[in-house]
Amino acid sequence: MISVSRIMAIAKKEVRQLRRDRLSFGMVVGLPVIQMLLFGYAINTDVRNLRTAVADQAQTHLSRQFIAALKQTQVVEIIESVDTVGQLDDLLRSGRISIGVLVPPDFDRRVGQRSRAAVQLLVDGSDPTILGVANQLRSMPFSFDVYPPTSSQWQFLEVRPFYNPERRSPVNIIPGLMGVILTMTMILFTAVALVRERERGNLELLINTPLSSTELMLGKVMPYIVIGMLQLALILAVGRLLFDVPVRGSIIELYLAATTFVAANLALGLLISTAAKTQFQAMQMMVFILLPSILLSGFMFPFDGMPSFARYIGEALPNTHFIRLTRGIMLREAKLAEMLPDLVFLIGFTLVAMGIAATRFTKRLD
Amino acid sequence: MSSAFAIEARGLSKDFGTLRAVNSLDLNVPRGQIYGFLGPNGSGKSTTIRMLCGLLTPTEGNAIVLDTPIPGNSKDLKPLIGYMTQRFSLFGDLTVLENLQFISEIYSYPSAQREKRIDELLHRYDLVEQQKQLAATMSGGQRQRLALACAVLHHPELLLLDEPTSAVDPQSRRDFWENLFRLASGGTTILVSTHYMDEAERCHRLAILDHGVKVADGTPQELQAATGMHIIEVSAADPYKAQTVIHELDEVASVTQLGIRLRVLIPERYSQATERVAAALAAQNIEADVQRGAATLEDVFVAVTLKPKGDLN
Repeated sequence: MISVSRIMAIAKKEVRQLRRDRLSFGMVVGLPVIQMLLFGYAINTDVRNLRTAVADQAQTHLSRQFIAALKQTQVVEIIESVDTVGQLDDLLRSGRISIGVLVPPDFDRRVGQRSRAAVQLLVDGSDPTILGVANQLRSMPFSFDVYPPTSSQWQFLEVRPFYNPERRSPVNIIPGLMGVILTMTMILFTAVALVRERERGNLELLINTPLSSTELMLGKVMPYIVIGMLQLALILAVGRLLFDVPVRGSIIELYLAATTFVAANLALGLLISTAAKTQFQAMQMMVFILLPSILLSGFMFPFDGMPSFARYIGEALPNTHFIRLTRGIMLREAKLAEMLPDLVFLIGFTLVAMGIAATRFTKRLD
Repeated sequence: MSSAFAIEARGLSKDFGTLRAVNSLDLNVPRGQIYGFLGPNGSGKSTTIRMLCGLLTPTEGNAIVLDTPIPGNSKDLKPLIGYMTQRFSLFGDLTVLENLQFISEIYSYPSAQREKRIDELLHRYDLVEQQKQLAATMSGGQRQRLALACAVLHHPELLLLDEPTSAVDPQSRRDFWENLFRLASGGTTILVSTHYMDEAERCHRLAILDHGVKVADGTPQELQAATGMHIIEVSAADPYKAQTVIHELDEVASVTQLGIRLRVLIPERYSQATERVAAALAAQNIEADVQRGAATLEDVFVAVTLKPKGDLN
């Protein structure tokens, strides 16, 4: 016989326990709100303010009028003006811009003749969304005072997609996915590492030995750096064999970037481990890191398309910087030296997180 | 200059929120002896041990442990102390041998002698056959031997044992105490907490803790001689009925039933205690044999932890 009162007894007990478990209660309320915010703001295919540089080699009244009109669209945000195509290439490769606008010296003549494209857009094609936006620009009408506006009969803008001309999505996804996979596994390993020993009682033994906090932290992290490297090799191999994703830049630099990234995640995991009381709590905390690491890192949606506060959150996440590094090295053949700020961030993040974790973990029980 | 005492504590107290777990504890533990902490659960035994090894910071008071001041930098103390936690705290997913190797590395035991030392411990603590076994799959007694082997691996001067025998059978407990005596005779000071009377009786000295307060301190013999109680043994056909009658007497401090016998404690200030009990039983027509008994440690414990009678239950 099913007893309603017994079922109710279980239900009542469950509610009581849930109310005392602040973190679980927080998830009930917090997860829906955070997910709504993250998805709502991050999913924005109407991308605006793409970072753009202009090389205006014409320097005429008409070319300046065109650049002003381009700004007006708000699709691009011109952050730099340069002289040569080479400079545009450099900026694209280092990831500082997504679009380079080349206005050739004979711009006025081309506008008059209307036979050839008058402007070239050099686009970072590794992100299909950005490429799509650039293509939209092509269909926008531009008008010049003495000439009739551009029309569909005349290909005024020529889009030159770089780095992923075949527009295959794995090429864009896999470098980013590497970051997501490493975030997931590395944080998971270390987040439960200390908590598990506390739960099993091992910690009480360890803190009564001459072992120092720093020794414990470093010893915990070391094996996982190697495991992270193995994972990276596995992802690269599968990416290469099954999806034909290239590594155009230096594999050594890619590993260097990955080492700092793995270290940053392990340090973050340890930090979680010092805050969580149970393994379950550690997992819950991990979800709050993982969600934004997927949604706000530029992995799923172009970073430029997100509102500024979402970008600030994104900038604070190791994954955002790692994805920039991997896409740069793997797809755009960029050198690490060209992307130093992202590398410096990862190193700094590791040191700070590790320091806080070692300080928080005192060799005491009170 | 090194003190004659391994542990000297003065006014040691610890609060957890509003609860005072240990209250103004004074303690002198002579070197090379087995010193017992006897007390029920929650009497402050574990908290005291944790303060003495630097795991908890005392709210008040201080101690000198192996010439190191507490509270203070307990870092220098760690290599000198062996600590056995109440709960098995070695790694269940490592084998016996791996656990011992791990501990020897953590304590930086000279690597040339590591293998020899581990082999010695395996033999001494009867773990040779289990050395390849995962610690989690061993019996309570085997685990406890492993825990002791790990705690003494680095030749500590002071061994802190927090209810080491709470999860093992009587035979294992006896063997365990043999090992403790051997260690003590080798010069190791041992502080051991327990709630078993027979174990407390084997200590050189012991302190009885009750609600965080030390209520008695001395050798087992001293404590037994100074209970301040008449001990009366009553055998009755209906012990329950006899107990009810005896409990009614104002002068009776405590009545405990042991099978068909009753153990009655009456403060020494009352004279003719045996006669009073016999008379009370006779008045109710209860047939019983009333005799004086000798104090056991259990009687000491009951006497010193006694609450005013109205507070019972």
